[in-house]
Amino acid sequence: MSDRPNPKEPGFSTLAVHAGATPDSTTGARATPIYQTVGYVFDDADQAASLYNLQTFGYVYSRLGNPTVSVLEERIAALEGGRGATATASGHAAQLVAFFALMQPGDEFVASKRLYGGSITQFALTFKKFDWRVHFVDPDRPENFREALTPRCKAIFVESLANPGGAVADLEPIAEIAKKAGVPLIVDNTLATPYLCRPFDWGADIVVHSMTKYLGGHGNSLGGAIVESGRFDWFASDKFPALSKPEPAYHGLTFAETFGDFALTMQTKAVGLRDLGPALSPFNAFLILMGTETLPLRMQKHAENARAVAEFLAGHPQVGWVSYAGLETSPYHQLARKYLPKGPGALFTFGLKGGFEAGVRVVESVEMISHLANIGDTRSLILHPASTTHRQLSEEERIAAGVGPEVVRISVGIEDADDVIADLDQALAAAARP
Amino acid sequence: MEQDHYPDALLRRILREVRTIAMVGASPDWNRPSYFAMKYLQIKGYRVIPVNPKAAGTEILGERVYASLKEIPDKVDMVDIFRASAAVPPIVEDAIAIGAKVVWMQIGVRHDEAARRAEAAGLTVVMNRCPKIEYGRLNRELSWGGVNSRIISSRRRLEARR
Ligand SMILES: Cc1ncc(COP(=O)(O)O)c(C=O)c1O
Repeated sequence: MSDRPNPKEPGFSTLAVHAGATPDSTTGARATPIYQTVGYVFDDADQAASLYNLQTFGYVYSRLGNPTVSVLEERIAALEGGRGATATASGHAAQLVAFFALMQPGDEFVASKRLYGGSITQFALTFKKFDWRVHFVDPDRPENFREALTPRCKAIFVESLANPGGAVADLEPIAEIAKKAGVPLIVDNTLATPYLCRPFDWGADIVVHSMTKYLGGHGNSLGGAIVESGRFDWFASDKFPALSKPEPAYHGLTFAETFGDFALTMQTKAVGLRDLGPALSPFNAFLILMGTETLPLRMQKHAENARAVAEFLAGHPQVGWVSYAGLETSPYHQLARKYLPKGPGALFTFGLKGGFEAGVRVVESVEMISHLANIGDTRSLILHPASTTHRQLSEEERIAAGVGPEVVRISVGIEDADDVIADLDQALAAAARP
Repeated sequence: MEQDHYPDALLRRILREVRTIAMVGASPDWNRPSYFAMKYLQIKGYRVIPVNPKAAGTEILGERVYASLKEIPDKVDMVDIFRASAAVPPIVEDAIAIGAKVVWMQIGVRHDEAARRAEAAGLTVVMNRCPKIEYGRLNRELSWGGVNSRIISSRRRLEARR
């Protein structure tokens, strides 16, 4: 139903297959070719100058843009209902390049404390080296974001569906707070994907993705994306000089003036990718592009399987709790119904009554489910965060991120749900043995 | 910053039928957006005549600059306005007077009353858009930058004109 919010626009599944990908203009090849290429010839010196000055559209060098990568960028922009997108080498690179456009040394931002552990580390430790400061807040009370804002804050950052706890962000009031403060709301939509939730529909200004997860979907390619809604007014204040003031690296070009509602898409390529360097490989773009074609089908199956697995676990005597927001007992049940009506994703955690030891035993006892640190694969994946991904965090930070010692995370794949359940059942039985 | 909706078919028709564009507010500075747009439209085969009283009598990109639309000796199909919204009404009056068929106001430029006046005189009006960007979008060049063209097609990219 909501696949077609505007009857004049193509539906989501049509966009997933077609957006950005018209037949190759030279050969007529119907699937998008892999342009495994670095440089692109200039017609003459004048055209070269126009390209370098961003006066005309075209490819120059694949660090700034590549014909396979840009098809993927347009596809992701279309799926999110955005104006434009920039692909990056990974999800983390997307976050770096997005903040690089918004922040100056000494600037700050407010982020939900319920984030992927790697993002918490990136924001709290590595960003400090750029002299950027993050204030983490509990996202369950949206007012916390407003209270934490300072005059130097340049953004609010949340995950629509948080990794790994399955917490759902109340996007609408948080977007309202960002709007009042004149800063963009950045939403990491990795776990939900635009099939389950479109943050721009709720007032977000920028969406970031780890395309490594569900968008690619097959556990074979790293990739990231920054998507802009095209609705943020960079000129409303002096907060964002990289967009609203002349850029010295481009002879005084002002991105928001020259490119209007796709200023961020151009800035993140022309400055972010050019100078920081994390461009997406064309081969990865090709694989992720193929993944996006089946996104709606896969997400339906992921969501359906996740519900079955969550219900099984919730009824298991060794399981203390299940964080899946689709369960009526979840504190996020109402928010999930509002923001993720097709299902609150396929990644959640559960707590074992047997604690740390039981967690380790379960992940060591699964046979089909893979014990590894990734999510959003066709295969079901399992992890005990306290002994792996969240090991670098302090005990306090682990609890804040929703991953105590007893917590196991599962990324439910698209196998037959019965087989996933049977594997968990035998692993739990193995963990119960003395 | 919500934009008005103009059907692709309308924009395509304008860009196909127009030959000569008078650009009001064209800048002689090579790093200004109007200069970019003029150069791009020239490359795409349009004749662009700059209008800018401060630069009148000089040349921009090989074209003589006029002080006003009324001074242009040649036939003008479209007037492209690179000026503040408040400056639009007299430009629209001149556009009507010289027989232009289209008035196109750049991104951020919008004047509803002047637009109604132009439409009543039989002109087609586009506001808050850039012809360079729309040309690039409709010919899928904007897609090269990862911009959402909103075009779904099983046909090869064939440029509207050269
Ligand atoms: C929600 C979320 N955001 C960002 C990332 C980082 O993405 P990448 O591994 O592609 O850098 C991850 C990776 O697990 C993630 O789960």
